[in-house]
Order: sequence, then C-alpha cells, then structure tokens
Amino acid sequence: MTQLEPATGRDTEVPKASAPRSSRSLPVDLRLALLFGVLVVIIVIGWATAPQQFLTESNLSTVLRLAAPSGVVAVGMTFVIISGGIDLSVGSVIGLASVWLTTLATQSYGPFVMVLCGLGVGLAAGLVNGVLIAYGRMVPFIATLALYIAASGLAERISGRQTQVVRDEDFLDFFRGDFLSIPVLIWIFAVVVAIGWVVLNRTTFGRRTFAVGGNAEATRLAGINVKRHTALVYGVAGLCAGLAAIMLAARTTAGASTHGQFYELDAIAAVVIGGTLLTGGRGTMIGTVIGVLIFTLLNNIFILNNLETDVQKIAKGVIIVIAVLLQFRANRARSTS
Amino acid sequence: MTDLPNLARRGFLLGGAAVGAGALLTACTSNQAPASNAPAGNVASGQGDNAQTGKMVTIGFSAPAADHGWIAAITKNAKAQADKFKSDVTFKATEGTNDVSQQIAQVETLINSKVDVLVILPFDGKALTSVGQSAMDKGIPVVNLDRIFDTALAYRTWIGGDNYRMGVNAGTYIAQEMKKKNISNPVIGEVAGIDSLPLTQERSKGFKDALAKAGFQVGPRVAAEFTVESGEKQTANLLQAAGKLDALWNHDDDQGIGVMSAIKTANRSEFIMVGGAGSKNMIDLIKADSSVIKATVLYSPSMSSSAIALARLLGQAKGMGDLAEHEIPASITTYSAVVTKENAANYADVAFDS
Repeated sequence: MTQLEPATGRDTEVPKASAPRSSRSLPVDLRLALLFGVLVVIIVIGWATAPQQFLTESNLSTVLRLAAPSGVVAVGMTFVIISGGIDLSVGSVIGLASVWLTTLATQSYGPFVMVLCGLGVGLAAGLVNGVLIAYGRMVPFIATLALYIAASGLAERISGRQTQVVRDEDFLDFFRGDFLSIPVLIWIFAVVVAIGWVVLNRTTFGRRTFAVGGNAEATRLAGINVKRHTALVYGVAGLCAGLAAIMLAARTTAGASTHGQFYELDAIAAVVIGGTLLTGGRGTMIGTVIGVLIFTLLNNIFILNNLETDVQKIAKGVIIVIAVLLQFRANRARSTS
Repeated sequence: MTDLPNLARRGFLLGGAAVGAGALLTACTSNQAPASNAPAGNVASGQGDNAQTGKMVTIGFSAPAADHGWIAAITKNAKAQADKFKSDVTFKATEGTNDVSQQIAQVETLINSKVDVLVILPFDGKALTSVGQSAMDKGIPVVNLDRIFDTALAYRTWIGGDNYRMGVNAGTYIAQEMKKKNISNPVIGEVAGIDSLPLTQERSKGFKDALAKAGFQVGPRVAAEFTVESGEKQTANLLQAAGKLDALWNHDDDQGIGVMSAIKTANRSEFIMVGGAGSKNMIDLIKADSSVIKATVLYSPSMSSSAIALARLLGQAKGMGDLAEHEIPASITTYSAVVTKENAANYADVAFDS
C-alpha cells in the first residue's frame, strides 16, 4: 500500500475533469508558477511604492516574523484540506493554547512546560476534532465549528478575559531571540514548512492524506484505516495551532483569548489560493507558503504606503479571486491540451 | 500493519500518556496569584447627606459580555459600588451578552421584576433604544452608560466618556512635548482601534484636530482590532514604514501590550508614546518611566461606579451634593485626563486590569 499514488480530482463525479494525474508529475507546475508570478508582482509593487523601506533587512525580517504563526497554522490546514476536510477551530484553539500556556500556574513550571502545554492543548483539541469527525461521523464543518465556539469560551473562562503577560524571561529570550542572526520564529516557520513538505510528499502519511481526500471509499477498500488517518490529520492541524500559540505568546509577550482571531479564515484563504482543492485530493505545501506570504506582504505594503485598511480588504478579496481564476484557467488549458 | 500484536499494548501506553498529559494540563489552568492583591475596583463614597443610608433602591444592571479588560472592569466596578452602598441598594445584574436581542430580553426581565432604576450599557445603543424608552414610559429611570441611545427620551441620565476629547488630549499632550523638545516637523504615528467603529473615528478626529491646532499632522497610521495580537502586528509594520518617529498614540491599552512588544522587538526608543483608556499595565509602565510610554489618556471604567451612585440618588430622589440643582443632571461626560509619571500615583485607583 505504500505504492499508492495520490488520487486526484473526483473524476467519477466531475466528468469533464482532467485525466487523473498527480500535480507533482508535471515537471513545471503551471499553477505554482502563476502563483509565484503573483508573489513577484506584489514584491515589485512593494519595491516600487516604498523603495526606501521595503527591501530592507529589517522589513523583510518583520514580514517573515509576522507570517510565521499564520504560516505554521496554514501548513496544518493544508493537510486537513487535502484530506477533504476543513478546520474552522484553529483560531480559537490558538487562543485557548496561548491562554493555557501563560497562566501563572503554567509559567511557574518554566519554559519547557509552557511549550509542552501549548503543544499538548493544540494536539488534544485537534484530536477531539479528528475523533468527532472520523469516529463520530460528524461533518468537519460542524464539528470544528463546535470546537471553535467551545474553545474560545474555555479560553475566556481560564483567562477571565484578561491578557496574561508572559513573565518567564527564558521563554521570551529563546523565542524572541535570534539564531544565526535570523529570528527564531522564522526558523520555526522554515522548519515546520520543510517538515510539512517532506511528510506530505515523501512519506506514507502524506500519500494516504492525498488518497483519503481523493477518494476515501477507494482508500478504505485498499486497506487503509481511513478513520484513524483522518483523526491524525486533525491532530496535526491542532499541533500546528498549538505551536502557533507559543509563537504568538512570544511575539506579543502575552497570552489572550483573542489570540488567533480569524486565523482559520486567513489559513483557509492562503491554502486555497495556494492551489489546494477545497474538495480534497490535491494541493501543495509550496503554494500554501506563497499564499501566506502574499497576504502578509500585502498588509506590509499597505502600511508602508500609509493606506486605509478598507482598501486593503478589497485588495485581499480581489487577489483571492484572481489567484483562483488564474489557476482555474491553467487547469483548463492543461486539460484541453 | 505489521504491528498488530503490539497494538493493544501501544494503545494502553498512549492512553496512559494521554491521561497523564491531561492531568498535567488541568493543573495548569490556575491563575491564582500567590498573594492576591487585586484592587477591589474604585468606588464613589457619597458626600454629605448623600452618604446617609436612605430609602432602599433596587438597581438593575445590564452590560455587554466582559470579553475584554475594559468591559470586565465596568462590570466589576458596578458591583463594587453597589456593594459599597449595600445598606440601601439591592443590585440585580444580568449576565453580560453581545447578543442584542438577548440583552433586550434581559432588560425586559429587569423591568418586569420591578427594579427602581436601570443602569444600561448597551452593546449597541441604537438597538436598545426602544427597550430603554419602554422602561422610561413605565416610570423606571434609566441611567444610560457610555454607548448612548438614539433619543434622550430613552434615558433619564446619560454618563459616558468622551472619545473626541480623548484624541484631543492625546494630541495636545504630544504637541506640547514636541514643542518642549523643539521639534518643528515631527513624525507622529497613530495605532487606532477598529476603524469601522464610531468611537475610533471620533478619537482619530480629535487627535487630528488637536495636532492641526499646533501646526502638526498625523503621519503613519494603522488600525488594529483592540487585541494584543493585532496591536503587535500592525505596529511592527508601522515601525517599518517609519524609519524615525517622534511620537506615537495608541488608542487602546488592551492592545497596548502588543504595541509595546513590537516596539521592543524593533529595538526602537527614539520616540514618546501615549496610550489610551488607562490600564494598570500601562500606568505601571508610565510610573516606571523606563520605556517609550510616557502618558495615557483616560477613558475610565470608573464611570460605571458613578452610574450606580447616580442610580441610587435617582431612586432616592436626591440631587448631587455640590450642585445647586435639586435633580441629577441629564448628561454627564467624564473627563479624559492625561496620566503621566507625575500624577500616575493619583490614578492608581481607576486603573483597570487589561
């Protein structure tokens, strides 16, 4: 079963879809190239409109640092969406984990326990999603929506709706520090993306994720424990959210139930403009990363030019539409050729 | 699946680990400080004849959900003030909610239970106007707290903060400091709250007007969302946009923790910063005078204590001690004082936990 190829497109349901073939089997992926083009255009716009500030080391490092937590969340979300699901709870789970790891009790155990606590809460929340969806047969949208609501409530309860300042200097020193003159947060982002790419593309776990999203029934008939795999995929997303909570707690020097607000929407948007099918079965890690960078850069460029936030929201929406339309056209072009 | 025989054992070990982790995690939810010395909220004491125990008054209280520090402090202060007057005040508070229809239902319940006076901080002033008016029609005086109803017919007395003056006072303070330092063309940044809210627009307008009066203007401006995280993100970007700043006004001390974190990360200290609202965190930092924050303009939740005190006087048909009028005024606007290092000690009692 390790030879199983990633299934693509639900050709049984969509007769006009292209012949089944892996996106990775193309030497040059047109969709990724187009997406990369969008990224380059945005960078050029940034450079042209704010030549003094944009391409400086401190600005780029700021952009990557700000992209890091949402990027980590989006990596987990990529797995979930490729497996044919969706996770609306990650934003609240970030809030919950950030609150849990910054309570006075947790902080009294030192930085190591704080990190374990963040990861543990994230993983546990993800597994709750996974078990409800895989074994409780709940629709992912509903199960994760329920946790979205419950987790934010629990976060508010634990924190008493107050901001919990991180006093542990070791925790702050490590996560806010630099390693080889690059911020640790950026290293974590890079390592998580690298691991995510390898797991998705070079391991049985990744191949099974594609298979489950492509055709769950066929995958089950092929002898794969689809339920367990689905549960684990949500566990991965939860773990990523827990890690993001740790990163946010370091970035803001505090934990709060409002941490991670709207991260689920940003992550889903980044994953989708990255070329991952919302119906599952196909997607790329690189696309997701580019998606995250596009959004973070956009915010940065708007602020560098001192533009109003309303214009920025319009631009964000337009970019989602353009990116998806471009990919749609690229798909059509490929399938008719 | 070559590991079938081991599955049961592995399951047991994993289960055990999960239970252990769960036990560890639940031990971590406590937020009890070793020696709790939380302030009990700041309360008015009543003066002269008004301090005497009078007729029993039942006060009904309804506010939005305490989902951030400021609203939490509003609720806490109201309770503390009612407690202070417990000899002649019965306090009936409803669970805070951000659901407008639920808040309307709660106020109706309070009306039906025949409270003597109502204190309402509506989630949305427009939406709760009609229920405020129906209370007034039934002869129950309403003290409208902060977010104002659409018509004065819906309240007996309004007490609230002044967002425009908050901006004015922040701008005036910054302008003074710039003149003191002889900076003729300063770069002044602004970290606003949620831009679509009228209160943010009023604050920004006041800030702009006050700076304009001094011949200055607002430079780089970002809007955060009153959350720590958005404050950090937007400020990190703003600091990249402005290589050099002379002053920065942050509308809200709740998001201020994030703003301060971004400034620390960027390693910047060439400017002065002014906060907004007056949280305990920020007032402590101002007192310590070891960072960029030099002042904060109040929008103090102590107005909630005053609202309860006013409600009690309304219920007892008394006026305010020092005023010539026999009646409580129809509208009271609290002043957005500027808290600096010099006077920070005087304002410790109105500071709230963000």
